[in-house]
Amino acid sequence: MNSKDLLKNFKSVPVDLMGVNDRIARIKSRSVKAEAKIQGLHMALNMIDLTTLEGADTPNKVRQLCYKAMHPHDQMNGIPTVAAVCVYPSLVRTAKEALKDSDVKVAAVSTYFPSGQSTLEIKLKETQYAIDEGADEIDMVISRREFLQGNYEYVLSEIISVKELCHKNNVRLKVILETGEIGSLDEVRKASDIALLANPDFIKTSTGKIGQAANMQVTLVMLQAIWDHYQKTGVQVGMKPAGGISDAKSALHYLIMVKEILGAEWLSNKWFRFGASRLANDVLMQLAKQESGVYQAPQYFSKD
Amino acid sequence: MTRLNIQKTYKIFIGGKFPRTESGRFYPINNSKGELIANMCLSSRKDFRNAVVSARKAQSGWASLTAYNRSQILYRLAEMLETRRASFIEEMLLLDLSKKQAEAEVDGAIDRLVYYAGWCDKYTAVFSSVNPTASAHFNFSVHEPTGVVAAIAPEHSPLFGLISVVAPAIAGGNAVIVLASETKATSSISFAEVVQNSDVPGGVINLLTGNMAELALHMASHMDVNAFVIARKGLAEASKMAVVENVKRMIDWTGKMNIQDPYKMLELQEVKTTWHPVQTSATGGGGY
Repeated sequence: MNSKDLLKNFKSVPVDLMGVNDRIARIKSRSVKAEAKIQGLHMALNMIDLTTLEGADTPNKVRQLCYKAMHPHDQMNGIPTVAAVCVYPSLVRTAKEALKDSDVKVAAVSTYFPSGQSTLEIKLKETQYAIDEGADEIDMVISRREFLQGNYEYVLSEIISVKELCHKNNVRLKVILETGEIGSLDEVRKASDIALLANPDFIKTSTGKIGQAANMQVTLVMLQAIWDHYQKTGVQVGMKPAGGISDAKSALHYLIMVKEILGAEWLSNKWFRFGASRLANDVLMQLAKQESGVYQAPQYFSKD
Repeated sequence: MTRLNIQKTYKIFIGGKFPRTESGRFYPINNSKGELIANMCLSSRKDFRNAVVSARKAQSGWASLTAYNRSQILYRLAEMLETRRASFIEEMLLLDLSKKQAEAEVDGAIDRLVYYAGWCDKYTAVFSSVNPTASAHFNFSVHEPTGVVAAIAPEHSPLFGLISVVAPAIAGGNAVIVLASETKATSSISFAEVVQNSDVPGGVINLLTGNMAELALHMASHMDVNAFVIARKGLAEASKMAVVENVKRMIDWTGKMNIQDPYKMLELQEVKTTWHPVQTSATGGGGY
């Protein structure tokens, strides 16, 4: 179906801000302790997309990050790997080679990340390049330029084009809404619903390149959109909050939120990811604290 | 019409803010007649952990201020305390300190702040050294702050004792987390209000109230704390061992509150020694 037909009966769903805040407050008041905490922390670590998206990235920096992805903290037993390493397309090959003996995936940001200010033709070319280099997953950005002008058909058709290219090559697609640039929670819900019409594999909050990154409000609204889409179509879509989640305690709050809104089927790195670079070490520090009983210091954990 | 007195809620001081303890617990402070004077936060190990995060974040910025600026800020603390002298005395009288004792507490605290304010921009000049070498090198040793200091303040001297622990630590560029007197903590927490209004960056001074037996082990064993100061009797052997286990400094100032000297600052400093080749320039004649 083309984007025009898909959007024919599109209705925007208003979001109740007070309701969202109230639900988050209740989720945050939960305390996860002892064994459940250790299980949650292992899970969170295994859901991380370890990310480096800098102009200053070099092959050696990416190799180092890949080592960290496979060996988060060898001093402790039973520590899982992270889910994926997320890099620019030009570094996909390096990452793929470094990770070849592991289950860690390589995700590439694409479609003129982070701004998306280019033509569809160039975006598809870039995506094809990332796939040819060996990417397992593509993180695309939506065109905020067109979204903010109300040109939803364009936004959706672009997502559909990229998705078709990805799925043809057996590559999973994450769609970044960049919620910090699209405005209120109502708009976030609208953007989520539009992106979900394309049935991508994940929707994702942010690029991490602007001040406002993922927060619990935005994530809750997007999770709810995923649930409604699942109820309507039976298609399971994953969620990836990215940027701004840097401590283990918040990560556990996110997991509680996923469990409550979507259920246990979403609690694996196939359907839920954290886009983060600092989170991994805080999770490791909390795991070490649970094991040793002593609060840890950052300098005893490898930076990347 | 009679007026209802408004009671102050005493909270703890972390990162420049006044949160309640995350545990929600409290304990009463009574005077000798058993009358309730105030309810204080019974801080938990998580409050301490949060304070360490704040202190660590603040420490490098504090240490990189110019020594002169740190000196001004310590002096500002003394100024602010002086203007509130009467209310501090009044607050301590409620807890059965004599007028004379209360005055000595406040005046001693002010003078001590001024004393260490003076040392901020002098101790490196006085104690650093250029060391003799056998080759064409300079070798010099300078003092640098040890980092984050966890301290247990004296029990019976809620203001003077507290400041005698805090002042030498922060004058040398450290950030501190202090467990205040348990039974007389009111003026310790009021001092936090002075800190908040004196340009001390949030996180440089953090104050907790609570029970030493409960918190000492966590303060001693935290891996991200660089030095541990004890100025109160009754520290358990296990806490001393915990300090040793993770190789941090253990400084015992129990009963040493009357000592006022720059060596207290040095106890919370690391000495960095650097080699540097002697430069000979063609135009400058002989060696430097």
